[in-house]
Amino acid sequence: MIKLVYFAWIRERIGKSEETIDLPDGVVTVSDLIDHLRTRGEEYALALETPEVIHVAINQEHSQHGDALGDAREVALFPPMTGG
Amino acid sequence: MGVKPDIRVQQEDFDIRKEIDLMSGGKSDIGAVVTFTGLCRDEKGALEALELEHYPGMAESEMRRIAEEACERWPLDAVTAIHRYGRIAPGENIVLVIAASRHRQAAFDGAAFLMDFMKSRAPFWKREIKIDGSTGSWVDARDTDEDAMKRWQ
Repeated sequence: MIKLVYFAWIRERIGKSEETIDLPDGVVTVSDLIDHLRTRGEEYALALETPEVIHVAINQEHSQHGDALGDAREVALFPPMTGG
Repeated sequence: MGVKPDIRVQQEDFDIRKEIDLMSGGKSDIGAVVTFTGLCRDEKGALEALELEHYPGMAESEMRRIAEEACERWPLDAVTAIHRYGRIAPGENIVLVIAASRHRQAAFDGAAFLMDFMKSRAPFWKREIKIDGSTGSWVDARDTDEDAMKRWQ
């Protein structure tokens, strides 16, 4: 089980701010996770249609798409940040 | 060293004068204080407010990581970084960075570094609320912000 959290327009397009899912076998990296999520429905496909703009944090630390999920407890997906 | 950055993520406004007093109170070895305040800017009178979303927990920890890196790069004596979230109207404060040092250049550089990294690395997102009450678009990240961060690498 892994907790997923979504922010800004990714949260809006998916229609929820967080969920807990079982990771299927073969989902090893962040990139695998994004590919898997895109198969979960139209709203996910729309939210994640351009994976290269999606930022990811594993356990609240910035990560790369090639990084392994390992035993991550919480993975966040969000668009480029616009604070400040 | 042993500088402990003062990091806050809050809905409430802040007062620059009070924050400077708080960080420099009792210290007589600070020679320079640089502050940066980011305000909500109205674009052609069409903006009612900005709604700032953040990632609770990570926003604070990321700001702290950035502040600690600034303290490693420059001889800073105190650092404060405050970022607001929620609804913020044009003219109101969004973000405050204060860097204090014995030396002027370190205070300037430390404050600029903090802002450049916070803009592109701290998990905050802005959405426009229009004057007619409708929800506008999410503010796009700018390449220039990313470039500003890269100049320190």
